[in-house]
Amino acid sequence: MSEALPQKRLRIKFAKENALRYIGHLDLHHIWQRSIRRAGLPLIYSQGFHPQPKIQIASALPLGFSSRAEFVDIWISPEAEYSVEGLQKNLPEGIKVSSIEEVDLRAPALQTQGDYAEYEVTILDEIPADELDLKLASLMDAESLPREKKKKKRGKVRTFDLRTLILDLHRLPLDGENERIYMRFTAREGATGRPDMILKEMEIPIEAARVERTALVFKA
Amino acid sequence: MLTPNQIEARLERVLLTVQKPGRYVGGEYNAIHKNWDTIQTKVALLFPDIYDLGISNVGLKILYDQINQRDDALAERAYLPWLDFEDVMRENEIPLYALESKNPLANFDIIGITIPYETLYTNTLNALDLAGLPLKSADRGEEHPLIIAGGHTGTNPEPMHAFIDAYVVGEGEEVIHDIVEEVARSKSANESRAALLFALAQIPGVYVPSLYEVEYQDDGTVAATKPKVEGVPSRIMKRIVAKLPPPPTNFIVPNIKSVHNRATVEVMRGCTRGCRFCHAGFTTRPVRERSVEEVLDAAEKSIASTGYEELSFLSLSSSDYTGIAELVEAVNERFPDEKLSVSLPSLRIESVSLDLMEGLKKRRSAGFTLAPEAATERMRRIINKFITDEQLLTTAREIYERGWTTIKLYFMIGHPSETLEDVEAIVDLSQKVLKEGRRAIGGRAKLNLSVGTFAPKPQTPFQWVSVDTFEQINAKQDLLKKKLGRGIRLSWTEPEDTMIESFLSRGDRRLSDVILSAWKNGAKFDAWGDQRRYETWMNAFAEHDLDPTFYTHRPRRVDEIFPWEHISTAVHKKFIFRDYQQSLEGKIRVDCREQCFACGILPQFNDLRRENPGKGWMCPEVKPKKIRKMKDLSMETL
Ligand code: SF4
Repeated sequence: MSEALPQKRLRIKFAKENALRYIGHLDLHHIWQRSIRRAGLPLIYSQGFHPQPKIQIASALPLGFSSRAEFVDIWISPEAEYSVEGLQKNLPEGIKVSSIEEVDLRAPALQTQGDYAEYEVTILDEIPADELDLKLASLMDAESLPREKKKKKRGKVRTFDLRTLILDLHRLPLDGENERIYMRFTAREGATGRPDMILKEMEIPIEAARVERTALVFKA
Repeated sequence: MLTPNQIEARLERVLLTVQKPGRYVGGEYNAIHKNWDTIQTKVALLFPDIYDLGISNVGLKILYDQINQRDDALAERAYLPWLDFEDVMRENEIPLYALESKNPLANFDIIGITIPYETLYTNTLNALDLAGLPLKSADRGEEHPLIIAGGHTGTNPEPMHAFIDAYVVGEGEEVIHDIVEEVARSKSANESRAALLFALAQIPGVYVPSLYEVEYQDDGTVAATKPKVEGVPSRIMKRIVAKLPPPPTNFIVPNIKSVHNRATVEVMRGCTRGCRFCHAGFTTRPVRERSVEEVLDAAEKSIASTGYEELSFLSLSSSDYTGIAELVEAVNERFPDEKLSVSLPSLRIESVSLDLMEGLKKRRSAGFTLAPEAATERMRRIINKFITDEQLLTTAREIYERGWTTIKLYFMIGHPSETLEDVEAIVDLSQKVLKEGRRAIGGRAKLNLSVGTFAPKPQTPFQWVSVDTFEQINAKQDLLKKKLGRGIRLSWTEPEDTMIESFLSRGDRRLSDVILSAWKNGAKFDAWGDQRRYETWMNAFAEHDLDPTFYTHRPRRVDEIFPWEHISTAVHKKFIFRDYQQSLEGKIRVDCREQCFACGILPQFNDLRRENPGKGWMCPEVKPKKIRKMKDLSMETL
């Protein structure tokens, strides 16, 4: 068991922005791997035929979203010294580290710990405020919003209630030219809401919006 | 013209509608962002294919490094969009832009395009078009960037003569500085474009096609290529660097998956083997090596600066690198981290290669590739790549015995005078190799067989021969497919691809019209099998009353003047011709490390050799000039 190796676990909070918005989850994994190597932090590898570095990213951010609240857990040798600056200068410019903290080795996987997430969505095309309010209110007021979702594998269709994933939706006060929406969704395993679901309801294509995750809150 | 901000705003609205938008946004680690407003000379380096391929191009990495070392110049990068994004760019009027500053390419002083192979010609036109620039050199003026090209196609730049302002022949490391300086000087002197081009033509290794003209014979072959104006060289000698400069180590690390995503160190340039089909072998002489120490230092630096888990030592023939054994040993000492995998391309077919690979085995080096190229003794003599069946089988057996389960064999069909028997021998030999594997490790033994088709290249001993016809290629490939039997995986080159490569590589100036028509009618990404449009090419030939077989299937007269006659790789035509004749006689020419054959390199570059005595060059030493003078002096004083 790899747990037998002496190691420590670091939780890094970071922002993902600019060019990195367009980089997917799997590629981000490689970026972390190389950045950590560049920073000279010895990663712990899983045991087995294809040893993999132990890196866990909290929750996959859809392509095109930026975020101020991403988390990654990494396992490194216990004696390795680290710092925010040391790591930062080895990262591509679209990743900004805000904090590093040591967490218990036995703490559950990040992916299972999400509770809810907050987003700020900027609508790039012009849209009247009252129309926006109306749409958001109709979603908030609905009893339930049964929707279908195709599973990636085998194209099976699953139904789910979008309404249960929504915690809050409201228009933000105007600041600049574009309208902005605050969105809060559950972010639990198997029950994760995302802004693109709402955009779809409003018939706004994803490329006509700028989405930023502003917070990812873990279970207490 | 759009500003970088305007381009970024448009990009934001479209990037999520295309595949892999990460290709189009830059932001990679080690990318260099300089101040656009204060820097005098701006160079956009373009690889005319998609990002996923271009990002690993070593030539551009070197130039990026060289230019950005200067305080007065900056280099940024651009690649071609894939088809989906090209449509989006055209629809939204987004010009081709550089990834670092998002400036449109048209805003740069120089666009430097690397064209390592001919099937990038249509892509090059597409790139210029997407940049909003006139395609033809003659239609561009002071307000446009200077378009320079380089890479292996520089040994016959004629098919692209109408589009490229200046073609670099040979190695780019030094000449790029001369060009940057000349452009800067010309810009501050407010010179005309014509004056700049004339000045560029004075730089050794720079060919300015518009300053030359071609006369043809009645039979359509070239009579002469001559300067149109006085004061430019009648012959353009390739440029080389006397000593390989320190290799770049701060490689840009792409944010997305790409081809050959790894750290590389070029250990040696050139090759002394003299395989007669090999363009690189004849055009990249002399052999120059880096010291083991320098290679290791560069490897260490590049791994530290990139975080790569994979390291590859580049050369045309790893086995021939003098310090190869020492290098492999030292790699294991210097990089105790077993996660680092190391690859050595192009190993010779002999057991020494196995020892080398064995040394790197715990580094998960992938399968084993052997390239006998031909399967009969007659063919091997013709192409001057001589190994025996015995050597191949022994090496293969050892490979399987030592624990590799897969061997990849590389052969070529279409060598001059090849018959179906020679091709059948490929089948026999491959089956024998697999049998060795079965004997050693049973059913786990695998053999992948890759059979390319030979396309004759300019500036090589086979520049006189014709490429196989469709019928010949089909017959040979059919035989392979039919006879090979189970257990061997075969891959081959589609004959259309070979034809396109052939007429482009030995084409003359008239091909410019053909390339332009083909591109206008939709040809691009010719190197991507599924994008190739052979019909479009044939129509383009017809449109200009040209016959493609004139370029592909016509054996050249021995006294023929080639379209590339005025471009010199320093290797004498006489030498190449003698080599061709020896080939017809089945005569082998040994590695010129054993014996110098006076190919032309030394007389041409004797000063450079003299300045760099010792082991760096594989050509013999030349006597220092001074000694002779001293002798003379002492004679006088006597
Ligand atoms: S000059 Fe002699 S040693 Fe040098 S490349 Fe030519 S044949 Fe080989």
